[in-house]
Amino acid sequence: MEGIYAFCVGLMTACGIFLTLRGRTFSVVVGLTLLSYAVNLFLFASGRLKLDGAAVLGMSEEYGDPLPQALVLTAIVIGFAMTAFAVILAMRARADLGNDHVDGRIPQTKEQARQKSGGQR
Amino acid sequence: MQHLSILPILLPLFTGALLLLPPLSKTLKRQRVFTVLSMLLQVIIGFTLVASVQIDGVTQYILGDWRPPFGIVLVADPMSSVMVCVTNFLAFGAVCYATGYHDRTGGYFYPLFMFQVMGINGAFLTGDAFNLFVFFEVLLIASYALLIHGGGKQKTQATTHYVVLNLAGSSVFLFGLGILYGTLGTLNIADMAQKVGELEGSVAILAKIGALLLLVVFGMKSAMLPLHFWLPKTYSSASAPVAAIFAVMTKVGIYSILRIHGVVFGDEAGELANIAQSWLWPLALLTIVIGTIGALASPSLKLLTANLVVLSAGTLMVCAAIGSEAATSAALYYMVHSTLVAGGMFLLADLIARQRGKAEDRFVISKKTDNPLFLGIGFAIAAIAVIGMPPLSGFLGKIMILQAAHSTAEQLWVWPIVLLSSLGALIALSRAGTTLFWRHSVNKQQTEEHQTVHIGEWLGIVLLLGASPLLALFGGPVSELANDAATFLHDPRLSVEALLTSPLADGGF
Repeated sequence: MEGIYAFCVGLMTACGIFLTLRGRTFSVVVGLTLLSYAVNLFLFASGRLKLDGAAVLGMSEEYGDPLPQALVLTAIVIGFAMTAFAVILAMRARADLGNDHVDGRIPQTKEQARQKSGGQR
Repeated sequence: MQHLSILPILLPLFTGALLLLPPLSKTLKRQRVFTVLSMLLQVIIGFTLVASVQIDGVTQYILGDWRPPFGIVLVADPMSSVMVCVTNFLAFGAVCYATGYHDRTGGYFYPLFMFQVMGINGAFLTGDAFNLFVFFEVLLIASYALLIHGGGKQKTQATTHYVVLNLAGSSVFLFGLGILYGTLGTLNIADMAQKVGELEGSVAILAKIGALLLLVVFGMKSAMLPLHFWLPKTYSSASAPVAAIFAVMTKVGIYSILRIHGVVFGDEAGELANIAQSWLWPLALLTIVIGTIGALASPSLKLLTANLVVLSAGTLMVCAAIGSEAATSAALYYMVHSTLVAGGMFLLADLIARQRGKAEDRFVISKKTDNPLFLGIGFAIAAIAVIGMPPLSGFLGKIMILQAAHSTAEQLWVWPIVLLSSLGALIALSRAGTTLFWRHSVNKQQTEEHQTVHIGEWLGIVLLLGASPLLALFGGPVSELANDAATFLHDPRLSVEALLTSPLADGGF
């Protein structure tokens, strides 16, 4: 179980980082969302993974650590609000700046630059 | 007063909430009066808190009466109370300034500003690492909205970068906290400090990863070298009162480094003692260098001020890297000075920009400012304080830092870099002042009406810049306060063990 869990968290983090490094705001927002999902799972695992361990005393033989669950809940709420803000901001940036690139302008590729200079000549 | 240490959080929260409700939400005039009065009360509370910590010692506010290692606590110690006081003072100056013009540029300025103050105060007061994260988020989400306040292309673009960076930073913060909780089993800062020493082997390496992840986050907040590129653009595009309150946000990062990496992973941490130091040294010195280069290359006064913020953050990180008691005390004095002066300078830059027409605050020849005397004297005071020339507070702060670096192994690096950075700031600021105040285009007719300085704006600038001479004048008591705070922070008996045995524990239930 630990292996699969760690692999999933790692994969999600890797995808999140990859998408966050992209140039368009949409993929950046999706990347940040994936990253926050990975964080939530990771926080949950910090109280050790355990089967049949209720977080309430007396409900099962072994009990789980309740604190990570409280932390995850807080992190989910905050992450959700932040994602909502990022989405709105991305739309505002799209409207204000005229494109959806994070820098506010689409970088020219080499070919475009060559064509442009060729056209001027 | 028992509840004094939670008031710096509750008061801005309720002020912000009340400002959104009917009797106040409709008219800007009422909002202004209410906010200024509330801020004044908060400044008084800030000073009372400092005094009460000095007299009665450290107070620990146990929320919901859940005992320290388990529940959330607020700790008002000498260090945090001074920082809260500085934050409130800075916010008061910024709010006064905002009454002149900036609160009209968009809705909900004052409520957002109050939530920002609440987040910063909370981050200083909390004694729990996860709660630190929560207050970071509170101050961040308020800062996102404040940064874009007023609108415009430049602000939208700067905010996009700022938000994305900080959201990624929050994820890293949570990863770090998760690792630390997994290895230590606690997030109470005092309890962490006690348990870190017991770690060994592979668990210690895991905890080290967690601690260094936190260093990345705090480094980003405090503009440490490879993570500082967002700062100049963000700070220079924010509106003036917002940029002024942002001046204390880099200090939240430094404060957290002092707290987590200075106390928890400090000398007592066994295998993990002083893990951040080897990273902090080169990065802090390079931050100073890059800040100086940025200041010399800045084309406008706001950008110049933002780069000077980077420079002062680097100087403070040098103190954190030295890690001695004298260095922490120097850091606290310099932190108070640089926060207030940088805030005042952002306000001044905005006023200058508005009086120079199209040239704004760029260093080009343009029309004369309408109030050359007031602005000139203000600029001179700010410049002298920032550069660190006698007789103002910057001089004392830098002397204390140089003294703390004396006879450490790295003195050979610290002294020349800190002194040369002061020279760089001197060149940049004198060039800026010469262009702004002495070189005018003469041929233009002065048809526009003469602008006068709004009383609130005048008060805001005088308050923040006046703090520098006052800090120098009362240098004795203030540095004694700083020494106290440093002694407290570096003595584990005071800063760790005292906080784990609550005074109520014997007969509380």
